[in-house]
Amino acid sequence: MNVCVERLKNGIITENPTFVMMLGMCPTLAVTSSAINGLGMGLTTTVVLTLSNVFISLLRKVIPDKVRIPAYIVVVASFVTMVQLLLKAYLPFLDSALGVYIPLIVVNCIILGRAEAYAGKNPVVPSLFDGLGMGLGFTFGLTCIGICREILGAGAIFNVQFIPEDFHITFFVLAPGAFLVLACLTAVQNKLKMPSATNVEGASTCSGVCAGCAGSACAANKGLKEAERVAKKAEEAKKRAEAAAKAKAAKEAKAAEAAKNAAAGADKKEG
Amino acid sequence: MEIFVIVISSMLVSNVVLSQFLGICPFLGVSKKVDTSLGMGVAVTFVITIACLITFPIYYFILEPNGLEYLDTISFILIIAALVQFIEMVLKKFIPALHASLGVYLPLITTNCAVLGVAINNKNDYAGLAFGTGYLYSIVRGFFTAVGFLIAIVILASIREKIEHNDIPESFKGTPIVLVTSSLMAIAFCGFAGLV
Repeated sequence: MNVCVERLKNGIITENPTFVMMLGMCPTLAVTSSAINGLGMGLTTTVVLTLSNVFISLLRKVIPDKVRIPAYIVVVASFVTMVQLLLKAYLPFLDSALGVYIPLIVVNCIILGRAEAYAGKNPVVPSLFDGLGMGLGFTFGLTCIGICREILGAGAIFNVQFIPEDFHITFFVLAPGAFLVLACLTAVQNKLKMPSATNVEGASTCSGVCAGCAGSACAANKGLKEAERVAKKAEEAKKRAEAAAKAKAAKEAKAAEAAKNAAAGADKKEG
Repeated sequence: MEIFVIVISSMLVSNVVLSQFLGICPFLGVSKKVDTSLGMGVAVTFVITIACLITFPIYYFILEPNGLEYLDTISFILIIAALVQFIEMVLKKFIPALHASLGVYLPLITTNCAVLGVAINNKNDYAGLAFGTGYLYSIVRGFFTAVGFLIAIVILASIREKIEHNDIPESFKGTPIVLVTSSLMAIAFCGFAGLV
């Protein structure tokens, strides 16, 4: 049970795909023009991710290692097709709002990344919760960005308008606004030195091969960041220890000198 | 005239990266140097054009007549993946010089969402037309969408080479400044909106 809770927390907070790993940037930028679109895209991806994680985990001993990526792609594409048909039937407004980005879930790096990094090696139940956690983390990220853009650009949250029309900054619901919001977000992360794939010195850059990546570049960068922080902490501790030692030595020297002076004074007095 | 409209709209007005947000990964990842971004852009152009050449007839003659339209996503992604492998093998065997310059980028393109996105858009918009017209339109759109990608990534790479030596605020170094740059580029490309 612990593993499951840990997986959920890992997906939503520790390795949040949007804020920490910076995966799946295409839908993150494209469909977040309003909160409801972001939420819909996030939940759709969550369903596909959870199902594909379970299925790939079930098949992990059957799929030969050499053809695993094409096999994963077929599994993911089947689930995407199913979800797309269901959306067309029951939530047609969401289907028309997300348009071509639903079939493009197939090439979303988060899904293949999780299949490669987790579901292909681990038992079914943890894989299920891994997919669920990652999906909810992605949903959370997309909804947050969607809310920001909708408030600034349309003066509303989930289509409930509370800012009069004269004060809308339409720029933010258009394409350039998406880049700008994400830029500010990553800048804030840099400023606060939060763990993120973007703010590491000497990071190995993403080559754009999302299928083979499994978030490895980002994970490596995250590792680098952690190492950097640990090294910094160690250095600080060392410095502090050194300073303490110095202070102690100085104090001792002073005390010794004082004692000497006192002794000398006493000598003089005696003399 | 129709073709001219398709050329302008796919290349500039609804630029694949800056207004449709397809292919963001290579756009941000492989745009550090002009040379590499040029290689990536040419390779993408090559693959997208050939993918359009193949996916449209397959949809028109195999999937649609048999009532298998819902298999489009699965079949397109498999065709694209196989195609990329095949192109790589052919280039290696017959045009080694081209393979040496494009080879590294080819495997990266399989999961570039621009390729699948263009194939699906073509199928959505042009499958209702007569085969000849639809085929021509889809190839033209594929090629010029890819040229739009090439233009965008080369411009971004040139700007990044320049801002390397600029004094950027500490917290904007790295990805944020690249995103701000692309935001400004997207504003510039919004200027084309009235063209068609």
